[in-house]
Amino acid sequence: MNSSPPPAIALDDVWFGYGPSPMSVPVLEAVTFSVEDRDFLGIIGPNGGGKTTLLKLCLGLLRPQRGRVSVLGLSPTRARRRVGYVPQHAQIDTSVPASVLDIVLMGRLGLSAWGAWYGSAHRAAALDALERVRAAELASRPLASLSGGQRQRVLIARALAADPKLLLLDEPTAGIDAHMEESLVDLLHELNRELTIVMVSHDVAFVSTHLKRVACLNRRAVVHRAEEIGADVISTMYHQPMRGIRHDSDCPLTDPGCHEGCRPAEIGESATGKGP
Amino acid sequence: MSFFHDMEVNPFLLNGLLAGLLASFCCGMIGPYVITRRIVFLSGSIAHMAFGGIGAGIYLAASREGATREMVRQGALWGALIAAVLGALLICLIAQRARERLDTLIGALWAIGMSIGILLLKYTDGYYADAMSYLFGSIVYVPDQQINFMIVIALVILLTVLLMHKRILAVCIDEQQAQLQGIRVGVVNLILLILVAMVVVSLMQVVGLILVLALLTLPAATAGHHVTRMVPMMVIACLLCILLTTGPRIAVYGTRIGPEGATVLAAGAVYLLSLGLKNPIARLLGRVRGRWGRA
Repeated sequence: MNSSPPPAIALDDVWFGYGPSPMSVPVLEAVTFSVEDRDFLGIIGPNGGGKTTLLKLCLGLLRPQRGRVSVLGLSPTRARRRVGYVPQHAQIDTSVPASVLDIVLMGRLGLSAWGAWYGSAHRAAALDALERVRAAELASRPLASLSGGQRQRVLIARALAADPKLLLLDEPTAGIDAHMEESLVDLLHELNRELTIVMVSHDVAFVSTHLKRVACLNRRAVVHRAEEIGADVISTMYHQPMRGIRHDSDCPLTDPGCHEGCRPAEIGESATGKGP
Repeated sequence: MSFFHDMEVNPFLLNGLLAGLLASFCCGMIGPYVITRRIVFLSGSIAHMAFGGIGAGIYLAASREGATREMVRQGALWGALIAAVLGALLICLIAQRARERLDTLIGALWAIGMSIGILLLKYTDGYYADAMSYLFGSIVYVPDQQINFMIVIALVILLTVLLMHKRILAVCIDEQQAQLQGIRVGVVNLILLILVAMVVVSLMQVVGLILVLALLTLPAATAGHHVTRMVPMMVIACLLCILLTTGPRIAVYGTRIGPEGATVLAAGAVYLLSLGLKNPIARLLGRVRGRWGRA
């Protein structure tokens, strides 16, 4: 028998569409790839390309209409206990009366028994997770008092609290300034020594420098080694929408309205060495 | 003070205070969940569904032969409880299955519950005044059975919170993560709404169904101005509720001012005051904490 661990994620001819008839408007079409143990995979692609849908399929929040998804060799729902999921920090309501430790403890909820409070073992594990993301000093702070980068760390700590084998992140760098982003990336790099990481991002700059592999997703998925990502790959993926969205040659990069259109082109150039 | 003098001769006054304490406990425990989960108006619609149940309970009890006033009271109480719990179930079911806008659903059930109550009470001669006491509260006359009923409700709420606090809090913080942790979010939502239904019924004697929202949410919201964790919020909300259900009543005793209205007005005043003084109080607390830290 083969003793190597099963792939962290294996997608086999996965189809998915929202709407009344499953095949009418597919969001994902014949997606087939796998993520090996200790991989660091980025999923990039235009908005509406199916990135978040793919994450939800891996978490078992959605079921594929055709094909098979297996996570850590199990069905997505059965693998949940060993998968840490980090949502975008902006999705969390900060007015909730809870401390950072309360939030991180949520990651232990599936392991804990009934009752009003978490036991000391769970608290120790939660504090340990905060230590791992170097945010232990935030434990008693209310969520509302944290910056975006700190919140993202707290959410990563929550995902780590149950000691997962696989970490799924949805746009971890969205709404975080460049400096914070860099330390976040270092952190993920460090965590990658012990666990497999899959992150969704439309921040393509991130891609070539830090990831091991990149899945370009626009209904269909193509997986590349990170070094291979160049202008041609990106323009193939973005071809139609890019022309459509890019309406103005002097539109600033910071304008969120044309972010989708401008960003890939710029990155594509820099990735091939022609950029500034 | 005349209130304390009269309390010795009139046991109902003591019952009124007890009812206030029990209702305070229930409100203080559930109120913080209600405002965190943003289901204040959902709770309002459950309260008005309960009024439909009161109408139905009084109608059914009074139409039986040899109905006594006490039987009718019991009918109203059970009618309210059953209708409120059914209302909670209905809201969960419709919200999950039919994908109707929650806001519209709340408005519809609010009006339907109210009109069922009014229609059925019109059919029941002689009990219209009783029904009004449920709408606006009547803390002056609280029989022993009602106290027992409220004790049971308070115990159920205490047990449920002790058993499920972690889960309810998780659903309040982040539904999706709760689901990934294996929590059945729909079930937790339903249980929370049923708890709200029970609080509504236990409060209707104290401030009346129309003013239930005030005691359920204002003390919890006031507490939320000054603390940032759920359990301290519950403790402060409980204490505030106790102050608000006893203080104003004793103050207006013997005057023509109704104790129920006075309670709610006091709750509103405390809330607005706390909202206005949020920052000064935070600075003061910070200074006190700093001094303690250095000492």
